[in-house]
Amino acid sequence: MSDLLAARSQMAVSLAFHIVFAVIGIAMPLMMVLAERRWQVTGHAIYLDLAKRWAKGTAILFAVGAVSGTVLSFELGLLWPRFMELAGAIIGMPFSLEGFAFFTEAIFLGIYLYGWERVSRRAHLWAGVAVAVSGAASGIFVVIANAWMNAPAGFELVNGQAVNVDPVAAMANAAAVSQTLHMTLAAYAATGFAVAGVHAVLLLKDPANAFHRRALEIALIVGAPAAVLQPISGDLSARHIAAHQPVKLAAAEAVFRTQAGAPLTLGGWPDAAARETRFAVRVPYALSLLAFHDPQAVVRGLDQVPESEWPNVRAVHFSFDLMVAAGTYLALVALWTGWLAWRRADLARNRWLMRAVALATPLGFVAAEAGWMVTELGRQPWVIYGVLKTADAVTPMPGLMVPFLTFTLLYCCLGVIVVWLLYRHIIRSPAVPEWRGFYMPGGGTRDTGGAS
Amino acid sequence: MTLADWLAGVIFVALNTYAVLGGADFGGGVWDLLALGPRRERQRELIADAIGPVWEANHVWLILAIVLLFTCFPPAFARLGTLLHIPLALVLIGIVLRGSAFTFWRYGADEAQHYWGVVFAIASLITPLLLGTTAGAIASGALGDRGPMSGDGFYGTYVAPWLNPFALSVGLFALVAFAFLAAVYLTLEARERELQEDFRRRALASGVGVFLAAVVALLLSLTGAPRVRDGLIFATWALPLHLLTAAAAITALAALWVRRWRVARGAAVTQVSLILWGWALSQYPDILPPDLSIASAAAPAATLRLVLGALALGGLVLLPSLFYLFRVFKGSVRLT
Repeated sequence: MSDLLAARSQMAVSLAFHIVFAVIGIAMPLMMVLAERRWQVTGHAIYLDLAKRWAKGTAILFAVGAVSGTVLSFELGLLWPRFMELAGAIIGMPFSLEGFAFFTEAIFLGIYLYGWERVSRRAHLWAGVAVAVSGAASGIFVVIANAWMNAPAGFELVNGQAVNVDPVAAMANAAAVSQTLHMTLAAYAATGFAVAGVHAVLLLKDPANAFHRRALEIALIVGAPAAVLQPISGDLSARHIAAHQPVKLAAAEAVFRTQAGAPLTLGGWPDAAARETRFAVRVPYALSLLAFHDPQAVVRGLDQVPESEWPNVRAVHFSFDLMVAAGTYLALVALWTGWLAWRRADLARNRWLMRAVALATPLGFVAAEAGWMVTELGRQPWVIYGVLKTADAVTPMPGLMVPFLTFTLLYCCLGVIVVWLLYRHIIRSPAVPEWRGFYMPGGGTRDTGGAS
Repeated sequence: MTLADWLAGVIFVALNTYAVLGGADFGGGVWDLLALGPRRERQRELIADAIGPVWEANHVWLILAIVLLFTCFPPAFARLGTLLHIPLALVLIGIVLRGSAFTFWRYGADEAQHYWGVVFAIASLITPLLLGTTAGAIASGALGDRGPMSGDGFYGTYVAPWLNPFALSVGLFALVAFAFLAAVYLTLEARERELQEDFRRRALASGVGVFLAAVVALLLSLTGAPRVRDGLIFATWALPLHLLTAAAAITALAALWVRRWRVARGAAVTQVSLILWGWALSQYPDILPPDLSIASAAAPAATLRLVLGALALGGLVLLPSLFYLFRVFKGSVRLT
């Protein structure tokens, strides 16, 4: 394994690990605040229990997210010093803003977690709101920085030096809106469906458990609308990359030859040497229609750039199809849920819906990870699209295999421990079966706290 | 003072704040490791309760310093990341283990809890040692520009700058100073007289340790860090600074002796901060001695102006929030 590949792998592992916690850190506080608000409005202790459990989950996941985010901010310099030397002044601004948002998040999370008895009920709820808002804001700032790598703006390159630096123009880059929208929705959809899925599994065994019913409800309120909106935002993203990052689109869709009226390629086995994709299902004109909203539009293929500037077509195409498939599944389940809710059906007793939601548990995260594979692998061999190649950005230090293996091992251990802790302390049914049988039709009032 | 000087100052303020707040959280971990005597478990509980609500926020000062460094002084960040890859990677592992172990320990409530406490404590020992060592490597001027053909080899380029007596002595100083701060703060957190006395003894002992570690580092700087030596011994501001630092140190120890806890806290923070600013002054106007100055490493003025504006706006949100956090959790404590 070359040092460059080791550095790329370490960055990939660090990002893939951190994204899970970042995504949960954006959406989980919202669920926790919704549960607390319902407790304050309805007085049902079950919502307080839910808010406290989700707060506990947020605390564990936030801590791991904070340290893995710290690792990433250092790794920018440890692995990619030449990238930072060029890009720091241009794109450091959103990172600085993210620093502030993260600071606000950490402060109010401390107040939320430890302040149940120390601040007023109103102040406590607002602390939760501050956590939810600043969590979303910090995600948005970081994605803006990534969007700049895909659509660099706000500087001119003269003899390898950036001049006329304009950090505001860099933040307002062409990819910023579509990417931040797509990622923020992804966070709510993935977390909402992951939590809903876990509770759906438990409801399949115990459909009357009021605790899991309420948890499912709030999780779906957060996850389902985002999952329905996500394909629309995906369309925005696709049209952006069609116009501004044609090589990425060509790789995602395995389009080897520039053509008008391009078909949509589903699945298949891209063969870069033969410049064709075997065993794929093709929908005529669909790619031109989706990417440019015109069935006859010309889609630029990989043939527009030399093969040395191609990303790994197979990996990008596979990731893209995986993301779209998982996202489509979530959107369909969300629509089905919405339809049933509108008909005032009892969601938790609809076994087919519960099975479908249970199946969705990992899919939001699968889609998010696959989406990041598309955007990162699809930009290669560039770290800043068209400006700086990844190979020219890597640190000169040899032996990068060692930190790669060390951090991978560290993250594997952490991942196992977090899953185990979440299972033991957050997901399992409450030890006292007091919520058993307390189904509250129409928000009834039978649960006055363990009166069974 | 140029715009770049101001921003370098802001970064150093963030580092200073990290040292006196986040550093004390590390120090708490050290005292957790060294918890002794009949009140051992109560000492550990006190430490965890004191750290719990604030340590995430305290940690962000480091992140703020890092993002401001790479935004405002990208070449300095790039060189630090390259030449100090090994100790910084180890610091990161320490930060990851410490942060996650603390949370697992607090939220675990199961048979593995004890091990998380141990991981937390050991990571709290090693991380400040390495953080201080990187600071020592910077101060010693070993991070000069070297091309790919410097001929120093792997050891000379990536190991020798930080694995040397002076840099390690600064690491030791950081560790002892953080432990000292933590012990002083804990006298104010304790709700029982006996615990207060436990940490008073620890504060007095580590206060003497801070003095000794500082003397060792200063002696080693004679050969190991000429810039620091010249700054801290021969500069015009050196004597007043030393006198002030000594006054703060003596005040801290005397206040601990007569149990004036708040005075001791103020003096201890002043003492550690003055030592940090002594380092900063000794290497000014360089950001990475011997050859990278604040002016030559600075980002374009457009970036610096914008960051300064963002800092002002961010401060408007941040400072009241921080004040609120500390008022809620660090207000007066009554002894029981």
